[in-house]
Amino acid sequence: MAHLIELRNVYKIYQMGAETVHALDGINLTIDEGEFVAIVGQSGSGKSTAMNIIGCLDVPTSGTYHLGGVDVSTMKDDQQAEIRNKMLGFIFQQYNLIPKLNVLENVELPLLYAGVSASERRQRALRSLERVGLSDKCKNLPSQLSGGQQQRVSIARALAGDPSVILADEPTGALDSRTGREVLGFLRKLNAEGDTVVLITHDNSIAVQAKRIVRLQDGKIIYDGDASDPRAVVQPTESGGTELTDGFFHEEVGL
Amino acid sequence: MNLTQSFRLALKSLATSKMRALLTMLGIIIGVAAVIVITSLGNGMQQMMNDQFDKLGANIIQVSIYGLGAGNSRSVEPDDMYELASQYPNYLSGVTPSVMAQAVVRVGSEEYEKTSISGVSEDYLGMSGQTMAQGRYLSYVDVDRAKNVCVIGAYLSQEAFGGGGVGETITLSGVPYTVVGVVSPLASQMNQGGQDDSIYIPYTSAMRLSNTAMVSGYIFTCPGKDSAPTAKAIIENRLYETFQSSDYYFVMTSAEMMDAMNTMMSTMMVVLVAIAAISLLVGGIGIMNIMLVSVTERTREIGIRKSLGAKRANIRSQFIIEAGTTSAIGGIIGILLGVGLAGAVGALITSSSGTPFTAIPAADSVLTAFGVSVGIGVFFGYMPANKAAKLNPIDALRYE
Repeated sequence: MAHLIELRNVYKIYQMGAETVHALDGINLTIDEGEFVAIVGQSGSGKSTAMNIIGCLDVPTSGTYHLGGVDVSTMKDDQQAEIRNKMLGFIFQQYNLIPKLNVLENVELPLLYAGVSASERRQRALRSLERVGLSDKCKNLPSQLSGGQQQRVSIARALAGDPSVILADEPTGALDSRTGREVLGFLRKLNAEGDTVVLITHDNSIAVQAKRIVRLQDGKIIYDGDASDPRAVVQPTESGGTELTDGFFHEEVGL
Repeated sequence: MNLTQSFRLALKSLATSKMRALLTMLGIIIGVAAVIVITSLGNGMQQMMNDQFDKLGANIIQVSIYGLGAGNSRSVEPDDMYELASQYPNYLSGVTPSVMAQAVVRVGSEEYEKTSISGVSEDYLGMSGQTMAQGRYLSYVDVDRAKNVCVIGAYLSQEAFGGGGVGETITLSGVPYTVVGVVSPLASQMNQGGQDDSIYIPYTSAMRLSNTAMVSGYIFTCPGKDSAPTAKAIIENRLYETFQSSDYYFVMTSAEMMDAMNTMMSTMMVVLVAIAAISLLVGGIGIMNIMLVSVTERTREIGIRKSLGAKRANIRSQFIIEAGTTSAIGGIIGILLGVGLAGAVGALITSSSGTPFTAIPAADSVLTAFGVSVGIGVFFGYMPANKAAKLNPIDALRYE
């Protein structure tokens, strides 16, 4: 069976003046349906670039990316928009709700761009809000909700379009630890219900909530395996460095 | 893509910054209002002129004769014109010589400077459609013998004789004329120098008064508007026969005169509207400016929408609808303002000049103004909207 996400030899190279930056340096990654994967790495490791490419917001310089069996690595702007609309649900660090629209309208947005009729849009958005337990707040503006509630609205928005993959980019970054845990609990619940979740984070304590960890460093995958493996949370000091001398390099793992 | 939502969003973002929206619309408001005022007043003016022509008689043909023909020997006599009219009764229903005289008009020691003096025949009353209020009109004998009698307009009767006047005396350049009749008022409001401030004397007397041996003008009437061109041709043929050149006379039907006036008015209106339209252009640029600002301010929103699957066309139409809505609302305000102002100016003209004047805002010019203002919004909104549509979603999402 084909993989849901399949990156083959993906490079992303930026030209920064005279310098050439390899943000992704030959990535091979496959993710199957129903997985809960955390892509971890420090800033500059290429995890944001990876998320942009997986999220069809960007195209690789070379290599191929198949999403649901379709090659999306050479798609044009509008085709990518359609793929994002049909296959992907985004959860951002800053929630990224549109402040002028109320909660229901925000959740309806992906359905609006999918061309779903008004009544069905409303129904599906409400169902999606019910899943995150916020259907009673549907007439509120985002600014009237707490951070955790706003993030739940953005999860509802990501779910509304019935995407194949839920992409969460530092979803707890702007939340306190308790509401952060709540949101992570949600993602686990979604995964348990069969959704494929890809979590992007710099924080090991968040990453271990996933079932599988993919660690990036300098545009390369340096670890790809089970989240319960102790090696999954090892963060090397320098680029390429793999000394495992002592626990200093182990980031604190807290639940 | 959902148009109603775009439209609602546009209204919402206008409502959140009312002052900014109003200032953005101002150019459109002023432009549209100016166009409406100008066209309404123009239409009112045209209507007023047409009404006056109708009252005067739409079937009048005026003939002016400038001089003697080649060799200073050819001319037409009143008898020639009477003969012409009797030859073509189907086209020429009446004729009168018309001699305008200049004279000092006095009643007692009071001088009336603006009063016009027309020398006409006894037929003029019937031709002009006027009716007598008092006394009698000029008679054949008055004309034939060039008697010093006159018929006065209602204004003069009112001012000089307190509403009466029959049997009184008016002096024209020192020559006493006896008033034999007063015609009914023509205009609904009489004023100095108007249609009712006039004196009618026999044309023969008028010729004597102006020391001329030649009748310089004639007035014909034709039975209907349709026969006017033919009637005109008949008169011109007759005059050409005498003068052997078309340089010595000029024939004009009242319909032609009205057309000429209307053409003049329309030309003037086009020029004025074009000037007012410059404001619309400026308004459009204002909209473009504010839309560019709005696109920058909402970069993040655009990024979010794109990440959720909005295509370029979705983003573009959203901003174009917003620009169009802004200018459409401006257009509606401008139309209301314009109609109001035109009404006020119309009322002002009525009260200051005494002639009833109604500004007429034509439906087509209102619709055009609305259409043009929406069009301007869409046209000037396109560039900013396109800029928004082309934004890279990654950069737009990162924008703070």
